[in-house]
Amino acid sequence: MNKNGKLYFEIDGKACYAEEGQSVIDAAKANGVFIPSLCHVEGVKAAGSCRVCNVKVNGRNMTACTTPVTDGMVVENDIPELNELRQAIIEVLFVSGNHFCPSCEKSGNCELQALAYRYQMLVPRFPYEFPIKGVDASAEHIFHDRNRCILCKRCIRTVTKDGKNVFAFHGRGGEHLHVVMDEELASQLTEEEAKQAMEICPVGAILKKEQGYIVPIGERKFDKLPIGSDIENK
Amino acid sequence: MDILLDIQETYRQIPDEAVGMIADQLELSKVDVEETISFYHFFTLEPVGKYAIYLNDSPVSFMHHRADVADAFVKELGIPFNSVTDDGLVGIWDTADIGMNDQEPAAIINGIVFTYLTPTKVKDIIQGMRDGKEVQEIADGLGAELDGPEGLRTMIQNHIHLKGDVLFPGYEVGNALKQIVTETPEEVVAEVKDSNLRGRGGAGFPTGLKWEYCRQSGGDEVYLICNADEGEPGTFKERVILTELPKLLFEGMAVAGYALDAKEGIVYLRYEYRYMKEYLEKNLQEMRENNFLGKNIVGKSGFDFDIRIQLGAGSYVCGEESGLIESMEGKRGEPRNRPPFPVQSGYLNKPTVVNNVETLCKVVPIILKDADWFKTLGTKESAGTKFLSISGDCKDPGVYEVEWGMTINEMLEMVGATDVQAVKVGGPSGTCIDPSHFGRSIAFEDLATGGSMIIIGEKHNLLKDFILPFTDFFIEESCGSCAPCRSLTVILRDKLQKIIDGNGTQKDIDELYDWARLGRTANRCGLGQTAANPIITSIENFRNLYEDLVKTDEEFLSAFNMEQAVAESCEVVGRIPNIKSH
Repeated sequence: MNKNGKLYFEIDGKACYAEEGQSVIDAAKANGVFIPSLCHVEGVKAAGSCRVCNVKVNGRNMTACTTPVTDGMVVENDIPELNELRQAIIEVLFVSGNHFCPSCEKSGNCELQALAYRYQMLVPRFPYEFPIKGVDASAEHIFHDRNRCILCKRCIRTVTKDGKNVFAFHGRGGEHLHVVMDEELASQLTEEEAKQAMEICPVGAILKKEQGYIVPIGERKFDKLPIGSDIENK
Repeated sequence: MDILLDIQETYRQIPDEAVGMIADQLELSKVDVEETISFYHFFTLEPVGKYAIYLNDSPVSFMHHRADVADAFVKELGIPFNSVTDDGLVGIWDTADIGMNDQEPAAIINGIVFTYLTPTKVKDIIQGMRDGKEVQEIADGLGAELDGPEGLRTMIQNHIHLKGDVLFPGYEVGNALKQIVTETPEEVVAEVKDSNLRGRGGAGFPTGLKWEYCRQSGGDEVYLICNADEGEPGTFKERVILTELPKLLFEGMAVAGYALDAKEGIVYLRYEYRYMKEYLEKNLQEMRENNFLGKNIVGKSGFDFDIRIQLGAGSYVCGEESGLIESMEGKRGEPRNRPPFPVQSGYLNKPTVVNNVETLCKVVPIILKDADWFKTLGTKESAGTKFLSISGDCKDPGVYEVEWGMTINEMLEMVGATDVQAVKVGGPSGTCIDPSHFGRSIAFEDLATGGSMIIIGEKHNLLKDFILPFTDFFIEESCGSCAPCRSLTVILRDKLQKIIDGNGTQKDIDELYDWARLGRTANRCGLGQTAANPIITSIENFRNLYEDLVKTDEEFLSAFNMEQAVAESCEVVGRIPNIKSH
């Protein structure tokens, strides 16, 4: 089954090849197959927390970011059952935060918004929770808006200063968990580091201060092509 | 964890300076340290009071007049719940199930458990605090007695109403150890595997197979963890086993240690059972003195195994084995992604077996008799006996060791329960059944349970007093990592509340059911997958109760409350809401 020492597996019937130890989501990408995710960052240990990359591996629900490919694995991805589940999760994220796209600096570059379009969310089936969150503008270059945070842990896993985490979870549970910013470390971030933090955030929770709307809405990444197109059209 | 526990117990909080010092020592950011602290119920960044009262608020406590006791505390102290008196003397806090469902209302005060509380006892307790008494002294004044075979001074009663065939008859410590050293570890694993012993924590994974997988993982360092974090509301059987037969558990752990070539065993004890830590340590010491733990156990050269106790700090999800391992490593108890499984990479990334207290205890009689004897008990797929923690509306709440296969009807008769509306089998995460199911049997292949059996009489409001608080319990205890578990449960709770408030329609019931089922496939761990079980199983078995609440032909009813919506803005501008309902 191996080709050049690679593992053979299938996604929705398509023949794919993966490196040993590669996750299903990364291998899919290398084979031109888009599996949606809001928490995954290539090269960083998977969190498996947004659950949007749910696929069926040999018939069983698994997250594609946490599951390594094995030889002969059969993956189902673009099927109604999973797309329905993904849409529901995206809707859950919309109603459990305060996401007002038209006024958000991330609109058009926002992965949550882009996935909502891709999975054709018109209006969430769930009632809006309108939770009371908070904003933290204490750092020099970063504006942290918890209203838009989807708790994906990308910033927690990647943004560091002198080897220490700048962002962390605080609390637990459905109503008290939020992401906090270490005041001291966050204020030490350079403009460039702030820009990187903003880019790692899939939504508009981490923004770089002082400069906004350089690229007009309508001309941004996902305004032109749906999310995943770059992978599928490779 | 131990550092944080020490600081919390000494300073009654984890002060900011301590957070800074720990962060510096471990070369972490402060928010990283707070990430762990803020995960656990019994760790606090703010002071909890010199005396911190954690009053259980499980639904069963309300069956036993918890509301009166709570009122008495509020009246005596002059402060609302979840706050501390101005002088910093007493704090009063709500807390989830503390494993005392058979003697509610119950509270934990500075680690010591108070049971069968009444407004009168509340007065005495607060007076004792004002007089500056030690908490143990206050408990003694309320009738704390020696409990357990070797003395544990407590108000807790063990309520063992039925001793079964497996754990109790004539147990003598050490015999199983003497026997296994004449066998190879592989033979011990084979015997346990052959007995069909399955995990008693709830999931029912075959114990012998787990051990075999762990052995196959290889590795020079292997850990055995005993899961004593029974957090499922309604279970308290481990509490009783730990009190009555600690040496049986430790011997079972040593047997497992031998079978797995593990040198270290760790009991992860829930903080709610803090009061028995020293008692357990005393028993461990006695085992060591008799060469049942330590080096060259029972004279067998190279059979080295010892046990230590690790306290938790208040988190339900730490009962999930990988969440427990994360917690032992001093982190948030967030369950891990699988693969790898703990038997491949667990504690400190070494192969680790996590077994429940009851499971490890049952290994001992299996060794002393044999696998075939064990299989004569119970049913074909569920061998042996099961400890049930039975509480709620019945004459004799307590612990019963029964053979698998007993029907619910037989169980109800055994405990003296009549006029039963529902039984919550397996606690909130289990299934809620109506009398038409009472002929079914308690077994992995039919009604599986980790031991919690809550009996709900006809007089109770099932949806409002049980299903709603159980859903709230899961919202509070979710680690928050998985989006659907964290947020969908809140959506479900609000929808259920809408129906209970009389604002629901048929469509709301259907949607509630459909939405609740989404979490089963979407979430990572057992908590997330079962968090909607109270709602799902109650709609399946008690749809009539929901329908009674929505006697309307209307397709849509809004739960929007204008008065509530404008309350905040009215308060700001100093107006009184004046809205006529339409």
